Parts: sequence; structure tokens; C-alpha cells
Amino acid sequence: MRTSDLPASISLWRKIVNKLMTILVIVAVILAVIPLLLILGDVVIRGAPALSLGFLIHSLPTSTKGLSGGIGPAIVGSFTMVGIAALISVPIGVGAGIFFSEWASSRLSTISGFMNDVLTGFPSIVIGLFVFVIIVLPTKQSSAFAGGVALSFVMLPIIARTTGESLKLVPMTLREASMALGIPRWKTVIRIVISTGKRGLLTGILLAVARATGETAPILLTASTSIYFAKSIFQPTASLTVFIYNYGTSGSASWQTEAWGAALVLILIMLGLNLLVKLTIGRNPIGARMEL
Amino acid sequence: MLGGTLKISKHKNLDLSSVKLATKDLKAQFGKAQVLKGINLNFPENKVTAIMGPSGCGKTTLIRCLNRIHELTPNAKVEGEVILDGVNIYSPQVDPVVVRRRIGMVFQKANPFPTMSIFDNAVAGLKLAGVRDKEKLDSVAEKSLRMAFLWDEVKDDLKKSGVNLSGGQQQRLCIARALAVEPEVVLMDEPCSALDPLATAKIEESIVALKKEFTIIIVTHNMQQAARISDFTAFMYLGQLIEFDTTSEVFENPKSELTEKYITGKFG
Repeated sequence: MRTSDLPASISLWRKIVNKLMTILVIVAVILAVIPLLLILGDVVIRGAPALSLGFLIHSLPTSTKGLSGGIGPAIVGSFTMVGIAALISVPIGVGAGIFFSEWASSRLSTISGFMNDVLTGFPSIVIGLFVFVIIVLPTKQSSAFAGGVALSFVMLPIIARTTGESLKLVPMTLREASMALGIPRWKTVIRIVISTGKRGLLTGILLAVARATGETAPILLTASTSIYFAKSIFQPTASLTVFIYNYGTSGSASWQTEAWGAALVLILIMLGLNLLVKLTIGRNPIGARMEL
Repeated sequence: MLGGTLKISKHKNLDLSSVKLATKDLKAQFGKAQVLKGINLNFPENKVTAIMGPSGCGKTTLIRCLNRIHELTPNAKVEGEVILDGVNIYSPQVDPVVVRRRIGMVFQKANPFPTMSIFDNAVAGLKLAGVRDKEKLDSVAEKSLRMAFLWDEVKDDLKKSGVNLSGGQQQRLCIARALAVEPEVVLMDEPCSALDPLATAKIEESIVALKKEFTIIIVTHNMQQAARISDFTAFMYLGQLIEFDTTSEVFENPKSELTEKYITGKFG
């Protein structure tokens, strides 16, 4: 093939196809982003009127039109239940993740890893129903505790998987370097492996927290609802998501506005958590792959 | 098919009481593959012994058996004995953790701990073992960084991260880290293979100085390096020990045809 055989420029047809494909993918991206923008816009517009300091802190009726409430109890309730869930799921999840990583070749690891991944995608209402049956029915009591337990089932598989994958990324040569210094295996795992992979662990925990904060069904069935600040974790407790459900489906227009206000607050909390995740990802690619 | 008979020269001047580490019929497997086929080797104390041979001859596996690191690999199996000061380190009563404190290792690619500073890397072996005395840590850090010929370059930057050094400096840091726990034997698995000639020269300089205090066993695929720095050389091929003698004898007067072919570059 001689130089004179090469076309002088790309044919017109190829140019048209190039341009067309470029336009098509740009349109696809815009279409993909539109729903998010519409929802965000809607929430901001409808929810902003409800926002005020009193709305955020108080629980007592804020209008004379009958019982309506600030979302103070809901915010505290959500944080409490996610907190209880974290207390349960973080130690167990990190421990399971360590097993997935350090005993990766064992059969138990493969089997339990598969079961873990199944639990990740489990319908959360089924989890809620399960906890309802094992905790709420016997105690005849809806509670933040039950809600926390239900949310821990949601968080646990996420933390276990992200911990496992993050620790697997720590190069084998670092473990060998530590063991070659005469450091026993357990110390190597805790002081070297976890320390090197801690960014990934943090990312996974934050992702799990973000997921749990947005859950409705599990806590609807276990913590029920309340308009007051809970005095203990063993009584019905308010939460942002259930608040949105109750007040949003009510007949009253002012209650619906408050539901939008709660939705706005929830979205802002989620955005904040996701920003934190982006900050902790930093040089760690695992978080980016595990975003749910 | 390369010919050559297996001949192990009985070195007349090798006083057996000066043998620090020895292997007895050492065999190693990776899954189904028999990587080491029965190695009998004596490593003289306070000398540098080089293990050389073409890729796949088992030299890295051999050295990893000497400090019981090989068994950490899944599907790895070791048979036979490795004797340190008269004790078989593979006997069931021996704790591998203790073995690894007495036999240290420097790896092919420098692996400083990324979350630690230069100082913390150097004394990692002590800190992780629970040593807290600041004075002791300071003096050990300086001593081992000096022995690795790295002190002058990093003494003002000890708190900086260990991974921001050049490749050669990182490897010297790993050498310092290995020396800080005061082992008796230092194993080096092709420590200079990823480094440029200047960095290599610095490390070779330090190795020659180190043999006064340590017994050094170095795996190398670089024949010239073996000729430069080692007192004794072992030549391996396909999992077997072909020849072992003083370096000058192996290079000038090889007893085995295989050795001669390897040295003259007929294969490699």
C-alpha cells in the first residue's frame, strides 16, 4: 500500500456517523440526569417553605390546626437507629471482611461471601418483617432498638463486602514484609493490613450508613412512629423516612408541606454523607466501584 | 537437552563449625509442581553466599523456605530440614515467628509500609513487637539506617513518609528495617533487580560491609553481581543444586558442565 493510496481525509459518511453518535450519547447523559434534577428541584421547591429552625428542632405542635410537628424527633430517631445499627454491624461486618480477605481461599469464605452478597440485595421490607416477628411481637413493643437491629441487617453485608475487597487490595508483599520481621499473623492483620486499607473500610461504613438512613420499610415495621422525642430506645420512635410516609400521605396540605420539608432535610443529609464518601475515597478506588 | 552431571565439590577449607545455616534434603512444592528436588546446602557464617541460576530453577523458593515464608503461600508444601545453629527450624516445637526474627528477609521489590514514616519503617519490627523506649528506638533507627548506607540521606527527614523515597532508597530502608531486629542471617531475594546501576552499587557496598555482623544469603540472576560481592556461590538448575564452592572456584574452575555453560552465557 503506497502513501498515495491513503484517502486524503475521512469520508463524509464517517464524519456524519461520528457526529451523530456523539450527539446521541450526550442526549443519553442528559436524559439520565434529568430525573435526578427534577426530583431535587421538586423537593427544594416544595420543601423549602417548611424549613425553619423550629421545624428542625421542635416536636411540639407548631400550628393551631391540630397536631402537627417539627421533625426534631424524626431526625434524632433516625440518627439513633442508624447509630444502633452501626454499633452492631460495624464490628461484625469488619470482622467478616477480614475473614473474606485473609482466608480468601477457604471454602467457608466462598460460601459465606456468596450468602453475604445475596443479603446485600435483600428486599428490606422482608428484613423488617423478620425483625418484626422476632423482636416486636414477643416484646409487644415497637422500638428504636428493633429498628436499629433491622437496619443492621441492611448495613452488615455492605460493610463486610467493602471491607473484604479493600483489604484484598493491600498487596501480599506487605503482609510478607511484616511476617518476615517476626511479627505474628494477627498483629500483621491489625497493625499493617487494616491500617493500610483503612480508607476503604471507612468508605464502606459511610456507604452503609447512607443506605440505612434512607430506608423506610424496615423501620416502619419495627420502630413504628411517634410525634415525641423518645425517652428510651425501647419505645416507638420517629424517623425521617417514616415521617415522610405518614405526613406525605395524609390529607392535610400543611402536613404534606412538612413531609416535603423532611424530604429536603433527608436529601441534604444523604448529599452530605455522599460528599464525605467522595472525600474519603481519595486515592482508594474500591469505594468508587462499590457505590450502591 | 542440556547435559552435565551433578557434582558437588567438597570444599577442603570449609570448616563445618562455621556453618550458620544448612539445608538437608530440602524439598518444596507448589500445588503439583515439585520446585525443589532435595537440596543439601551449607551456608558459612559471616560470609556472603550467592544463589544463582536461570529463571525457574527454584532459587527464590529455596530462599523463602529458609525463613519459613514459603509456607504462607496457599498450596505450598515443604519437606526436609533447615538447620539453624543445630536446630531444625521446621520441627513442630519451633515457632516460625521466632525463626523469622533470627532470619530476616529483603524482598525483590522494595515494600516499605505505606502508612508509616521513614523512622517508623526502620523500627517497625521493634515497635510492632511492643518496644516503646524512645531512646532505644532512636538509637536502633540510626544504627540500622547507617548500616544500610541510608542515614546521611534521610536523617533530616525521618518523619516523612516512607514511600516518597526513590526506589533505591526504599530498598535500603527495607534493608535497615530487616537489620533493626538484629537477625543473625539476612536473606535477600534479588534486592537490586528493580534498581539502576548507581542504586545497585550502593546496596552492594552495604552488603559487603554487613557480612562482618551477619550471614548473608543473596539470590541473584545477575552473574556479575554474584562474582562481585559473594564469597561462596551456589548454582541451581531446575530445582537441583548443581554446584557449590567459593565464588572464585565456581567462576574460574567450574566442576560441572552445566555451570560452565551458564557462566559462559550459553543459556540463561
